Parts: sequence; C-alpha cells; structure tokens
Amino acid sequence: MVRRSTQNAISMKIEAKEVAVEFHDLTVSYDKKPVLWNIDMTLPKGKLIGIIGPNGAGKSTLIKSAMGLLPLSSGYVRMFDQALNDIRQQVSYVPQRETVDWDFPTSVLDVVLMGRYSKLGLFKRVRKADKEMAMACLKKVGMEAFTKRQISQLSGGQQQRVFLARALAQDADLYFMDEPFAGVDAATESAILDVLRELTTQGKTVIVVHHDLQSAAAFFDWIVLLNMRLVAVGPIEEVFTNHLLQEAYGGKLTVLSEVSELIKKRRIPSRERY
Amino acid sequence: METLRTFFSFSDPNIVAVVVGAMLLTASSAVVGTFTLLKKKALVGDAVAHAVLPGICLAFLLSGNKHPLLLIVGAFVTGWISLVLIDYITAKSKIKEDTAIALILSVSFGVGILLLTYIQKTGNAAQTGLESFLFGKAAALVGQDLWVFGVVAVLLILMVSLFFKELKLIAFDENYAAALGLPVRALNLLLTSLTVLAVVTGIQAVGVVLMAAMLITPAAAARFWTNDVLKMTIIAALMGAFSGLAGAFVSYTAPTMPTGPWIVMIISIIALISFFFAPSRGIISKSIEQQRLQFLIMEENLLKELYHLGEIDEDPFKRRTIDELIAKRFFPRLPLKSALGRLRRQGYISRKEDGFQLTKEGRTKGKRVVKLHRLWELYLSRYMKIAPDHVHEDAETIEHVITPALEAELERLMDYPELDPHDSKIPY
Repeated sequence: MVRRSTQNAISMKIEAKEVAVEFHDLTVSYDKKPVLWNIDMTLPKGKLIGIIGPNGAGKSTLIKSAMGLLPLSSGYVRMFDQALNDIRQQVSYVPQRETVDWDFPTSVLDVVLMGRYSKLGLFKRVRKADKEMAMACLKKVGMEAFTKRQISQLSGGQQQRVFLARALAQDADLYFMDEPFAGVDAATESAILDVLRELTTQGKTVIVVHHDLQSAAAFFDWIVLLNMRLVAVGPIEEVFTNHLLQEAYGGKLTVLSEVSELIKKRRIPSRERY
Repeated sequence: METLRTFFSFSDPNIVAVVVGAMLLTASSAVVGTFTLLKKKALVGDAVAHAVLPGICLAFLLSGNKHPLLLIVGAFVTGWISLVLIDYITAKSKIKEDTAIALILSVSFGVGILLLTYIQKTGNAAQTGLESFLFGKAAALVGQDLWVFGVVAVLLILMVSLFFKELKLIAFDENYAAALGLPVRALNLLLTSLTVLAVVTGIQAVGVVLMAAMLITPAAAARFWTNDVLKMTIIAALMGAFSGLAGAFVSYTAPTMPTGPWIVMIISIIALISFFFAPSRGIISKSIEQQRLQFLIMEENLLKELYHLGEIDEDPFKRRTIDELIAKRFFPRLPLKSALGRLRRQGYISRKEDGFQLTKEGRTKGKRVVKLHRLWELYLSRYMKIAPDHVHEDAETIEHVITPALEAELERLMDYPELDPHDSKIPY
C-alpha cells in the first residue's frame, strides 16, 4: 500500500467497502491559487471520519467543495453514488462557528429551525411539527433550556451545540462538520462526541474537520490525512502512524506551494481550457 | 396649530393621499433596509441611491415626459448598473469594496447633476419638478405618481414578507443556505432588486441625497429595541412610517420646503433616542448596568475588608470607624459612605454610634469573598505556576466574578485546601 512518488512523499490509500462519499481527482483553487491537488478517495458509510492536517492544509476547503460551496477546478464529488443536487436533503453541513455574526437578532430556536427550511420549501411557514423536531434536537445537544435565548448571549460551546442541533434538524444521512470541537469546553466536547457516535450507530456517516491530533486518535474510526494533497486515508489503526503523521505535518511540500503561488501570480488557469 | 388641526382631520382627500403615500414609501424602504443592514450592505444602498439620478434624467431626456413608470425603469437600470460595477471592480481589480463604492457613488452622482442641470437649461416646460428628486417632495405625490409608487411600495413589503425566512437565512448564514440547496444566487438577486426598487420609490419622499438614511436609519434604530428579525422589521417600518407622516405634514404646511431633510431629521431623532434610551442595548441602560456593577464590587470589597479586620483582631463583630476602614484600605470618603449606607439597608452591616459592625449575613458574605480570593490565588499558583507575590492583583478582580458553580468546581479540584499561597487560612 505504501508507495513512493517522485517527491519521495509517502502516501497510503485504503478504499472504503461501502462508499458514502467519493472524491474523484478533486482540485480546488482560491482566486486561481490551487489549495487542494488531485484528491482521490472514497469514504465509508456509517463511520465517524476525521479530516486531519496542519493549518492551511485545505481541510475546510475539502468539505466546502463537497457541499458545492466552492467552484471546482477539476474532478467531482459523489455521495451515495449520486450527485449532490439529487440528494441534498440527505446531506447536512455545519459551518465554522466564526463564519456568522452571533449578534444577529435571532433566538436559539430560530437558528435550529433553519435546519427545516429545505424540507419546508419556499413561502411555507414553520409548522408545529418543525418546532417539535427542533426542540428534540436541542434536547439531544443539551440546550433545551436555552430555546428563547438570544444567540449573542451564548458561550462558544453553546453556539457550537446550536449549530449541531440545526444540522440534526435536517435529519440527514451524511454530515459534514467544520471544526465542531474548536474552542469548546470539555462538557460540550463530550456532549458533541456522544451525539456524533449515536449518529454513526444509526448508520449515518459523519465527516469532521479536526485540528487536534491528540484527541483525534480517540474520536475517529477513519482518518483522512491532508496537506494540500491526500497523504493518507483509511481506518485509524492503519493510518495513524508516526511516519504518515510526520508526512502530513512535516511542513508543506515547498515545491507544491511555490507552484501554487506562481499560478496565482501569473493568473494561469489551473486546468487548461482546450 | 390651526394647520395642524386641518392636516390631521384628514378632511382634504389630497392630504390623505399624500400622507398614505409618504408613509408607504418610507415604511417600504425601512422594511427592505432592514435586510440591507443585516447583510451589512448599508453603504451599497447609498451608492445605489446616488446612481439612480442619472437614470431618472436619462429616462426623461429620451422620452421627453415624466411618466413615473418610465422614471422608475430608468432609475432601476442605472441603480443596477452601479451595483454590477461595484462587484466587478471589487472582484477584478486591486481596489477594495469601500473605494469602489465611493468611486461609483461620486461619479454617478456627478453625472446625474450634470444631466439635471442640462435638462433645466433646455427650458423644456415638462421638466419642472425633476429637481424634487434631489431632496424629495412628498406633496408632489398625487394622482398617477401616487398610484405607481404606492403599488411598488406595497409590492416591496409583500415580497419581503413572502421571502422572509429565506432572506433572514441568507443574511445570517449564506453558506448554510447554499448547503441547504436554497437558490442563494437568486435570493441575493432578489434582495438587490428590492433594494434598488426601494431606493427608486423612496427618493420620491426624501430625495437622492438622503435616501441612504431612509434605508438604513429605521433599521439601525429598531435594532436597539429588539432581538428578533421580525419585530425589528416591523418596528423599522413603523418608525419609517412615522417619519413619513411628519414629512408629509411639513410638505403640506410649507410647500417651498424640501421634504427629505425633514423626514431624515425626524428618523434621526428617533434613532438618537433609541441609541440613548433603549432598554438593555441603549447607552444609558448600559452605563446604569456598569454603575450597578461598580457598586456591587465596592460593597463586596467593603465586606471583605471588614471580615479581614475581624480575622486580624479575632473578633468578627467588632465595631469599626470609617477612618479604620480607610487605614485598612484606601476608599474615597464619599463613595465609601454611600456604600456603607447601601450595605446597611441590605442588612449586611449595622450602625452603632461609635462605628459599623458586620451582621451575621454580612460576615457570611464577606467570608465568601475572602474565600474566593484565596482559592483563586491558590489556583493560580498551583495550576498556572504563578509566583505567590504575583497572584493578588488577579484575585482582586476574579473574586467578584466567580459563580457558585465555579466555586464548587475550584473546591473540588483542589480538594478543599486549607491554606492559600501566603499561608492565610481559607475560610469555609
């Protein structure tokens, strides 16, 4: 499985048996600068999957492009062997907490209800059943006492729980979460982990961007090691090895970053048009 | 006074028309403006407001008449072009958004004034009244104009209420909206079109120059009174409508007076009042809250010092004079006296002719502050490895912050320690 490429980089790729998500030769650029190169892998159904890598490795970019929030320079992503647009109802997303303005004039319950909007459709108003569903989700994350609270009054951990409850309210089969454990207190961390574990025991797939190596080993079933390219993917016991981690964290591949910068500077499209 | 009575008796159908019209226009721009504000696009609204002027002039020049629908179309087109240009400049050049907005705003307003002056110089008889687009004229809102602009205003309010939950979501978390599969592009397009239309209708009342105020100020003022988007929208609409009413009155009583500045003045006063007096978010309520906190800290410090003195003399209920207290720790005399008064009224101390004395409740409360102080000192030196002579200042602040839950956690964590880093006994 371990092979050496021309850059002497080590990599390891284990294919999933029952595929939830397939990344096919995915390349993504920001403002012409490629930040992810040729990601090609399959992720298994019903597992808790961690995407691990150093700062700037493209972890968030990977799940954002899976959710169709970023234009792809090349490749595609398929979920349950279908295109995202055909199964959107089954896919849920938790963005990074810092991406929204928490002083926005709305309540905890209202935020969780947003998770019901896609099922409701345009023009339809929130029904009683949606409210009950949202309440049940708030209960799952231990926030049922905060229903009416204005969101600016929440602590970081509580904000994260609300975002998780909103995703749960979508009642999806596949969850993409961007740093749900970042900056949360210990109680929130274990509460979130419990919810994620429960989801996977129900056969749902949870894909989580995670920055903390230490806890990663305890949290996840399956690991994606990322550093602008795919370093390794597979079950934790096979992938979480010293030399693979060193490969992912041992600094960026300098040639790769330099080429990215050059492409940006000279505004060369990262894929040729003809 | 007499005019006031005539005006508000609404006996003249013209007055009713003008009032209803002005209120509709200002309310509808306030409703749309709420989302412009929440999306943090306030300045863009200002640019659009200035960019509609050349559109109005061009529409007039090309057609030769002032039919409101024509003017709306002209204004809509240039308003939209200005938005597209701002986005294009920001995306494709090194110019940042604020600069792009400033550029588009001033250039398009310059072109607008140029065209307006040219039209006025041609001596075309039909052009009279075009200049009211500069500063607004509610009283000019009669007949056909009233109908067209009134319908547009109602349409704006209708569209916002139809798409309310979607607009709210793209204002709060656009990425999530896209992940849900909502048509985010189309919704943004809708909001932009609504903004442009709100500007186009609103300038009838307040004019190009001050339109941004009409779009943004009611929403900004309403934000002080509520934490809910729906309530905020309604309050903004009511505030806008009220200023519209005032504007119509001015326009009626003083026909030579431009309406816009008056409307904007009224809404600004409402905003100022909100800024100062709104409960919880207003400046005054915030400073009262701050003052209350200062009082609380002062009171806790006094109880702490009284407890401490009792510890030293091994007589917790000994009477103390004000000078004794000041000698223990400097307090300015006047605040000290008023704090002692407050503590007496709360039953924490009692006053005797030769000084003050802790009550039982006061002693318990003072003891808790001392305990928290010492617990925190110990925590800092034990867990954060801070030298014992550096922990006091921190503990002075933290002793007022720690909640009963944290207190229990600290006790548990350090297993009910007996001594602090300075070997003082931690009282339980």
